[in-house]
Amino acid sequence: MSQQIIFFLLAAITLTSAIVVVTMRNLFHAALALMVSFLGVAGIYILLEAPFLGMAQLLVYIGAISMLIIFAIMMTRRLMQTNETPFNSQVIGSLIGSLLVLAILVLVIGRLYPLAPADAVLQTAPQVDPAVLQSSVARMGRSFVSAEAYVLPFELASVLLLAALVGSIIIAWPRRGEEDNQ
Amino acid sequence: MDILDLLKSLLSLSLGDFIRRTFGTGPGTELLIDIGGVVMLSTFCLLIVIFLIWLTRKLIARMQDRIGPNRVGGRFGLLQTVADVMKLLTKEVIHPSGADWVAFNAAPILIVIAALLVWAVMPFAPGVIGVDLNIGIFYVMAISSASVIVILLAGWGSNNKYALLGAFRAVAQMVSYEVPMILALLVPIILAGTMSTKGIIDAQTIPFIFLAPISALIFYISTLAETGRTPFDLLEAESEIVAGYHIEYGGMKFGMFFLAEFINTLFWAGLFVTIYLGGYRFFGLENWVSADGYPYGRLIGLIVFFAKVFFMYFVFDWVRSTLPRVRVDQILNLNWKFLVPVSLVLLFAVAIVDKLIPTGTNAIVRMVIHLVLNVVIAAATLEILRRRGRQNRLATPGGGSGGAVAVPHDGHDGGHGHGAPQPIEDVPDVLDAPLGAREPVVVPVH
Repeated sequence: MSQQIIFFLLAAITLTSAIVVVTMRNLFHAALALMVSFLGVAGIYILLEAPFLGMAQLLVYIGAISMLIIFAIMMTRRLMQTNETPFNSQVIGSLIGSLLVLAILVLVIGRLYPLAPADAVLQTAPQVDPAVLQSSVARMGRSFVSAEAYVLPFELASVLLLAALVGSIIIAWPRRGEEDNQ
Repeated sequence: MDILDLLKSLLSLSLGDFIRRTFGTGPGTELLIDIGGVVMLSTFCLLIVIFLIWLTRKLIARMQDRIGPNRVGGRFGLLQTVADVMKLLTKEVIHPSGADWVAFNAAPILIVIAALLVWAVMPFAPGVIGVDLNIGIFYVMAISSASVIVILLAGWGSNNKYALLGAFRAVAQMVSYEVPMILALLVPIILAGTMSTKGIIDAQTIPFIFLAPISALIFYISTLAETGRTPFDLLEAESEIVAGYHIEYGGMKFGMFFLAEFINTLFWAGLFVTIYLGGYRFFGLENWVSADGYPYGRLIGLIVFFAKVFFMYFVFDWVRSTLPRVRVDQILNLNWKFLVPVSLVLLFAVAIVDKLIPTGTNAIVRMVIHLVLNVVIAAATLEILRRRGRQNRLATPGGGSGGAVAVPHDGHDGGHGHGAPQPIEDVPDVLDAPLGAREPVVVPVH
């Protein structure tokens, strides 16, 4: 029961701040609301017994991505002081788009997690052995490097990130001709 | 309710057990214990700052051959901080014009929240820990990384160019120094095989500073930068940007930033003790349980822990009062060109070597192997630095004796042998030389 209450609180925080993000005129405040929204998602991860994922959410989305967004906003101060409303008048198009998304979500989620039949007993969340939860990080680490599990996607993602890192350094590298001018 | 029971429970730091005995077990009791623990821990953190500020002022005063606070509260000025807090509390609340109201007011609160959150995983004594997360260290890194945003909030919300500059500096510095800090912390995590702070202490039959001294040093330097203390305090360099991101704050709002800085410093000292100095361990005495079932050993553990923490805090203040501030480019060069490569090499080497040592090896043999590895890496690093420095000096006409102002004449320590004097434009800036390039010390004669 208490889990449900906390879930609905977190969901309310996430959704409210997400609405604030898209309706706020002040871009900086919108970015702050986006951070609160990320925080709510991290809270839901922790509620679902995935603290590592929750902390990764905090580290990556608030520590890095929000920082990037805020820096980008700060560099464009004139853009922020606009008083125009963030809405345009394409009501019909957005209505069709959002209805399509809703339909797809309902279809996919209904297929993956079918609703319990009416006569079934209402189930509570299954109890997980605390020892399994305690060693979840170690098990996740092993599955990243084990051949039966996720070694290929993990290594591919690392190579991609490394390539991005090297690429950004090369872009920032001073060209030979420019160096003389400085 | 038994007064003797209560006293014994207090002395053995097992108040939770006392509450369970008195009020019976159940979810309500657990909630009471949890809330009580949170209140006690945060109150402790907030109150100890009063003592810490006094301690820092006294220590720095002594090191600079002054007396320090000595008027308010007796000979030693013990109540000086209390008086200061009173003054801060009675000051007028001022909003700078054009300030962003939300950001300006949220920042002081959020920074204290972030500083308090990390204490949840600090193990004070056996069984005396907020919550033993299996991702303890990762939790600390996540919170401290997210708290950088708050500084940006303060700097941007103040509508002041110095505040914004200070915030940018702070973000550049803190984001950069997180990299070597995490890489250095991975070494003890490999050695302990867990990220839980309690698990790391349990794994330290020999304190990790003897197994991983280089990692400890890198972590220490990174924490200095992370807390923004001298020699890395250029986010609030008085002579350049007045006071950095909190320039527009006055009264208790400024006090909140000050508070967070001291809580953070004590926390990093505590984390250093936990990870590298064995935390509360004291030859097994910390697990002593008396005959009538009170774990009095916890008190020993707590005393040992705080003795080590205050020693580390003293070292922080020692560095703070002795070293001058370094330049912003030097800070980033030191980080990206020295600390990150060294910690990467160290991480690879430790991971491979620790895998090669068979499990069940004697702890002392393991320590010796790791110590040798560390010495080899340190010697190699110093040798590389010496060669780079030598190359730089050789490439500089004048043997580097003039620093940046290179006069084209033959040097006195090997400036011969490369033909005609170079034009001044080609002289590499000696100030950009990598760390270890020895710059000549010129003593002015008065």
